[in-house]
Amino acid sequence: MTPKLFTLLLEAALSTLGISLISIAIGFVIAMLLSAAMLTGKSIYVLPARLFISFFRGVPLLVQLLLIYTLLPVIGINVPGIVAAIVGLSLCTAAYQAENLRGGFASVPPGLIEAADVAGFTGAQTFIRIRAPIALRLTFPALVNEAIMILKSSSLVSVVGIIEITKMAQDLASSTYQPIPIFASAALIYFIINSAIALLGRYAERSLKGASA
Amino acid sequence: MSVPAIAIRKLVKRFGESTVLQDIELEIPEGKVSCLIGPSGSGKSTLLRCLAFLEEPTSGMITINGEALGFFEDANGRRERLPANQIRAVRTKTGMVFQQFNLWPHMTALGNVSEALKLVRKVPKAEAEERAMVQLRKVGLENRAGHYPSQLSGGQQQRVAIARALALEPKIMLFDEPTSALDPELTGEVLNVMRDLASEGMTMVVVTHEIGFAASVGQQISFLDHGRLLFSGPPAEIFAKPRHPRLEQFLDTYLDRGASMLA
Repeated sequence: MTPKLFTLLLEAALSTLGISLISIAIGFVIAMLLSAAMLTGKSIYVLPARLFISFFRGVPLLVQLLLIYTLLPVIGINVPGIVAAIVGLSLCTAAYQAENLRGGFASVPPGLIEAADVAGFTGAQTFIRIRAPIALRLTFPALVNEAIMILKSSSLVSVVGIIEITKMAQDLASSTYQPIPIFASAALIYFIINSAIALLGRYAERSLKGASA
Repeated sequence: MSVPAIAIRKLVKRFGESTVLQDIELEIPEGKVSCLIGPSGSGKSTLLRCLAFLEEPTSGMITINGEALGFFEDANGRRERLPANQIRAVRTKTGMVFQQFNLWPHMTALGNVSEALKLVRKVPKAEAEERAMVQLRKVGLENRAGHYPSQLSGGQQQRVAIARALALEPKIMLFDEPTSALDPELTGEVLNVMRDLASEGMTMVVVTHEIGFAASVGQQISFLDHGRLLFSGPPAEIFAKPRHPRLEQFLDTYLDRGASMLA
């Protein structure tokens, strides 16, 4: 295991990290939109949101990625692998994050919503200023957990031609015949990134708590 | 006399099969303190929640300063729901204080009080916070502005909630059992704030079990039982010679508990 090989793995780690973080962020926005749709209680919003969530939770991410990569060109949208990867991860994590947030939204005491109603807030204002911040605080640990899951699942995006940690490790292992040190290094990199996410999450959780305990 | 602050006409509220309010007719005069009393389940909180449009009346009509709240009902009983922005506009003429305070836990006292000014009235942040401080000073909590609700006692939380309701400068304040969730030694500070408000001439509708408060501050007392308004009148009339048997019985239970200061 030379420093040169380790550097190649680190470079691949950047694409793992970049794709994952972008997907988590996009997924979060979509999850909030899904939550808002479900909170309207109107079936024209609720049913599509539910369908979206059950589809992306119910189909393996690997199949989703292959579908997006092969389907989009058929309907005339040619996308590079990286876009297919980010779209696939974002939609998948959106479904899981929405499920996590659902419990949080359900736990917001109705009295807090009534207080916003009598003050003349619009539905959107109540969602943005009252419901979402409280739901987010209640579900934050689960969302950090989901971020870690997505970072690990991002190893699947190699099927759409992205070279990330796992794919790079496989390539290096087969060209150098040193699988054990290379896969061990890959594991170490994943472990360090996810430990950092967990640590940041705990720090953020504490400061959120300080603002509402 | 001018337009009443609140006029309630033939108000009916049903939840499924059960009728919670039956043909309520009541006018609440401007600048007066009106107390709704009655046993648990009598419908007094539901009536107050209808006034805040937290419950939608099944039929009948409520006007706030002459403006229809939520629904417009013409003489033939035809009913029309008003547009959402109009409902919001009429709603902000009233401020509401809840039994459970319902402060937003992720905002400081100052944030709770200034939020509606910023969001609903579009007041710039600095000015909104200045105006919020005025309200906090009024309830004696300007030195708690930076505290989160969890860092305040129940009595302090309820005073912040009163300041929050006052921030939009409502014409009418609605109180839903404002001291019922408080330890007895904390009710005094909240009732004092309410007395101050009353002496400033605020129109107040108060659902309360504090018969002493109702007797000393209330100018109109309405007694509800099983969804019907059995009696409404000045406190002297109600407390001195409660002629209605149900009212007499209700008041007796309070006298038995030593809650009297009525004599």
